[in-house]
Amino acid sequence: MSPRLRAILMRLVQAIPVVIGVVVISFLLTRALPGDPAVYFAGAAADEASIAQIRESMGLDKPLPQQFLNYVIDLVQGDFGQSISSGQPVIDDLTNRLPASLELTLTALILSCAIAIPLGVMAAKKPGSLSDQLCRILVTAGVSLPTFFTGIALVYIFYYLLEIAPSPLGRLDFAFIEPDSVTGFYLIDAALAGDWETWFAAFKQLILPAVTLALFTLAPIARMTRASMLSALSSDFIRTARAAGLNESRVTYGYAFRNALLPVVTTLGMVFSFSLGANVLVEKVFAWPGIGSYAVEALVVSDYAAVQGFVLSMALLFVTLNLVIDLTYSLIDPRIGFDSK
Amino acid sequence: MTLSTSRRNFLKMSGGVLGASSLPLLKIMPVQAANKDVIVAVTGQTINSLDLHRKGTNRASYQVAVNCYDRLVSFGTKEVPGAGLSYDYSKIEPELAESWTISEDGLKLTFKLKPNAKFWDGTKVTAHDVKWSFDRAVSVGGFPSVQMKAGGLVKPEQFEAIDDETFVITLAQASKLTLPDLAVPVPFVINSKVAKAHATENDPWATEFLHKTPAGSGAFKVAKWMPGEQLVYERNDDWVGGPLPAAKRVIVREVPSPATRRALIEKGNVQLSFNIPNKDAKELADKVDVYSTPIENCMHCVGLNYTFEPFQDPNVRKAVAYAIPYEEIFQTAAYGRGAPLWGGPEKIDSIQWPRKSPYFTDLDKAKELMAQSGFASGFSVPFSISLGLSDWMEPTALLIQENLAKIGITTEIEKIPGANWRTAALVEKKLPLHLENFGGWLNTPDYYFFWAYKKGHLFNSSNYMNPEIETLVDETLHMPMDDPKYAPNIMRMFEIAFEDLPRIPLWQPALNVAANGAKDYEFWFHRQLDVRPLKGT
Repeated sequence: MSPRLRAILMRLVQAIPVVIGVVVISFLLTRALPGDPAVYFAGAAADEASIAQIRESMGLDKPLPQQFLNYVIDLVQGDFGQSISSGQPVIDDLTNRLPASLELTLTALILSCAIAIPLGVMAAKKPGSLSDQLCRILVTAGVSLPTFFTGIALVYIFYYLLEIAPSPLGRLDFAFIEPDSVTGFYLIDAALAGDWETWFAAFKQLILPAVTLALFTLAPIARMTRASMLSALSSDFIRTARAAGLNESRVTYGYAFRNALLPVVTTLGMVFSFSLGANVLVEKVFAWPGIGSYAVEALVVSDYAAVQGFVLSMALLFVTLNLVIDLTYSLIDPRIGFDSK
Repeated sequence: MTLSTSRRNFLKMSGGVLGASSLPLLKIMPVQAANKDVIVAVTGQTINSLDLHRKGTNRASYQVAVNCYDRLVSFGTKEVPGAGLSYDYSKIEPELAESWTISEDGLKLTFKLKPNAKFWDGTKVTAHDVKWSFDRAVSVGGFPSVQMKAGGLVKPEQFEAIDDETFVITLAQASKLTLPDLAVPVPFVINSKVAKAHATENDPWATEFLHKTPAGSGAFKVAKWMPGEQLVYERNDDWVGGPLPAAKRVIVREVPSPATRRALIEKGNVQLSFNIPNKDAKELADKVDVYSTPIENCMHCVGLNYTFEPFQDPNVRKAVAYAIPYEEIFQTAAYGRGAPLWGGPEKIDSIQWPRKSPYFTDLDKAKELMAQSGFASGFSVPFSISLGLSDWMEPTALLIQENLAKIGITTEIEKIPGANWRTAALVEKKLPLHLENFGGWLNTPDYYFFWAYKKGHLFNSSNYMNPEIETLVDETLHMPMDDPKYAPNIMRMFEIAFEDLPRIPLWQPALNVAANGAKDYEFWFHRQLDVRPLKGT
């Protein structure tokens, strides 16, 4: 077994206590929520007997330790339980909605990286210049405009006034049929099926929400790129490189940028994780069937299984994400030994 | 093909292009506004089950029971001045039943089923299916059983299938509510052969199967259901329950943001926006067709809890009623949609309900009443509202708070999360001052009083108890409406209710629906979208 593979395995083993912790905490936290889900789901006109029936069918009449045990036993068998608010098994909801959120978030991140990183580099190369000011304005605007506002404003301009954007009706207009699910990413699935009509339709639906989210995530990435580029450009090795007569682009992109990339990747990881859970408002405005609005709605009605399933899947996602980021570190900077982590 | 591909020419070209799909019926889904066969409706609610009887099914899902299943009988249609069409409580019409007779003593109802009624799978609808479905409704517990009970239907022994086309209901007590209760969404008729084939020992009523796969005889079949996204109805051409719907396909799409729904309906990309906010209803009224129907037998009111000492003083209760700024609330919280329920005549002159209370905004009178009460120096009280209903409760509570302060009652607004509201307000009945909005499906005043004014009953959130009301409601609830004692009993109830004031009526809320390219929307007491009468224009 190669040392790298062993290191990855070690990391995965180390993640087990984290996941156990998440399972326990999410269980306890959902139980600590105010409100009685049995009463809520029995409906307004239900009587005592029917509430008791529902409590029993949800397993809420048993003592907490036994509820936990049942939950863990189900979980080990891959059963996340049944969401009451959506009426579906939680695992189905997650597999339907997580790809929707991932597709949106990833597209937005790619878009925002494509703008923010060059912008940050430009700003850092000439601090105080026009491009630096432009970067500052964009960053300030990006942070200070809440996503629901940008979302509604974009819908108003591009759909309502200019009529160039498609109806903000989710992932696909109803004239199209969603592609056969392979990855759950419509763009990938449609491409795999060779169905370019659908691909294009899904792409059009994706533009506005992705831009909305990109505007919001642009700020931390641009700021971080600028700051780390500034410190990289003023370091000794850059002075040495310049003194050695290397040309400017080699100095900037070959040496400074690569060294500045580490904190940017860290920020990217953080931005990715928070925007995945936090794009509830974008999802609402564009009727995007994502994971954020699902979790919030489940939380409001104390839908235990759905909340637990969401927290757990997020935890698993973060564990993977952190692993990927650490792997990227060692790729960017060979001095960082992966197995020492 | 390029960006300029319109939906229309896309559809012309598509044909076999979309071969990857496994749903041949949905291959081509024509949806432009010019197409009368397809209606797209948007709603902010989410449908979480296709089976109303199942535990945990939410209100939005009731529309599936309405559109995909038949009941024995249905209500007629009437025109509401200025608000389009509405169901007609006073007219019971056949749906699956061809005719029915009621025995002399009112205890035995005999229904003859339509001989040509067929389920979607082509099998005949028999009285045995009706019996199985009714047994299910009274046995599964929860809301369905409670609603069945309102019509005196409590146990399977009451239902009997004489032969394939004859179904008999036996009652313990004759009631005017039984027949209307058969027309509410709950007692729908399921294809029992299909359902029984999927029943298991743990799930004898096949709730897991019918949850995702309806099996009915109704006007529409479910062509596709994507929870949290959309439900696609497709017309059942063999429907015999009523006039064949004009639309071949109706797509109900879930769009959570009201701003987005508004943009969609204004643009005409969707033909119907169901249950829009009052504000949008007001502002859209001159751009598209807006129907604002006051919800029958429903009112928004202020609850004064009798367990809270100051509210036991009649002068305090009346002072509160005179202090409320009704008109301002109606304009701010309801944007003038619905019907005002204040400033009515002093004397009760009809059995109309909800009706205007004799109270109106008069701060001087309110101050005078406070001075005469045992609490002349004022008191303070928490004012509870539900976060789940904050769209109307919050502005209402703020306006009331302002005026109550002027008569010496200081209030602090307490917002209760939606999941706790029912327990706090209706079960424990512990909120001294609060807002409430019960609406009864069966449209008679005595039914409203039964739920909201009788001791210990669920929607009596004020812990109100008056011996005369108790007797009157018991006596009147099942009494036929043409009984000579009916009207005097009802009017006496109104008098007591306005004198004792456990609930101060504010206004009758409206259900707002915007249409742009669809007509003949019909309001129903269940407040869900009945897609059957809709026509594209």
